[in-house]
Amino acid sequence: MIHYYKASCSRDNLKLIRKFVEAVLFEMPLGDIETNQLILAVDEVCANQIIHTYKCNPTKSIEIVIRDEAPNLVFEIINDEGSQFDLTGYQDPSLQNIVKERRKGGIGLMLVHKIMDKVEVDQQETKCTWRLVKKINPKVDIKANC
Amino acid sequence: MEIKEWEEEEYFGIEICGDLDAASSIELDKTLEKVLKKEVKALLIDCQHLHYIASAGLGVFISYIEPFQEKSVFFCLYGLNDKVRDVFQILGLDKLLVIVDTKEDAKKRKNDSLL
Repeated sequence: MIHYYKASCSRDNLKLIRKFVEAVLFEMPLGDIETNQLILAVDEVCANQIIHTYKCNPTKSIEIVIRDEAPNLVFEIINDEGSQFDLTGYQDPSLQNIVKERRKGGIGLMLVHKIMDKVEVDQQETKCTWRLVKKINPKVDIKANC
Repeated sequence: MEIKEWEEEEYFGIEICGDLDAASSIELDKTLEKVLKKEVKALLIDCQHLHYIASAGLGVFISYIEPFQEKSVFFCLYGLNDKVRDVFQILGLDKLLVIVDTKEDAKKRKNDSLL
């Protein structure tokens, strides 16, 4: 099953993107905390694209694709700008330094890496795809049992 | 997202309701900046109605750890639901911030810090 959502690049649309991801994940054998983590990871990448890549330009849009490739869940966030971000050179920043420097940013990608099993950026001339992969281990506290 | 402010004895409090994401965290930043300028001894942050937090919200809290320490302001969050608390734990922020279950626990922690 493939789920698709397109959103214009406004910060206010982040809530709608989260609702889309939540609705897709609702039917899956995930606990509440794991569901929230996956929503968060997608939200972080989308916020990055909307704010940094497109500077909150509402005439631009991003696409979110969710694919169930059991046992993996694959989330793709696609923009048509390409990305200047080089993931190969990325290292998690030190939290102590962020506190010391009183920085408000810099931890979004750290969260994405800690939540997901694999994070890839496929950069082509006319589009850039962030691919987040999570192996799903069904939990005892699945919603279907609630 | 909505932020409500309250005062009780020597405590100044803010209650955060809704989702704290890249769109709404700006408002929290403005509120904490305002609190920092007040002569507040203890800031209690009520998170009982905080449904979701993203890195932008975490980043605002992180950026005020040192400023509040410098002014000797006791700074504590309470009432986090399991999902929100988990987000703090993913990065180990529960070790850098004072996080307790209830407002009473927060007051007790403040009093204990004076001993």
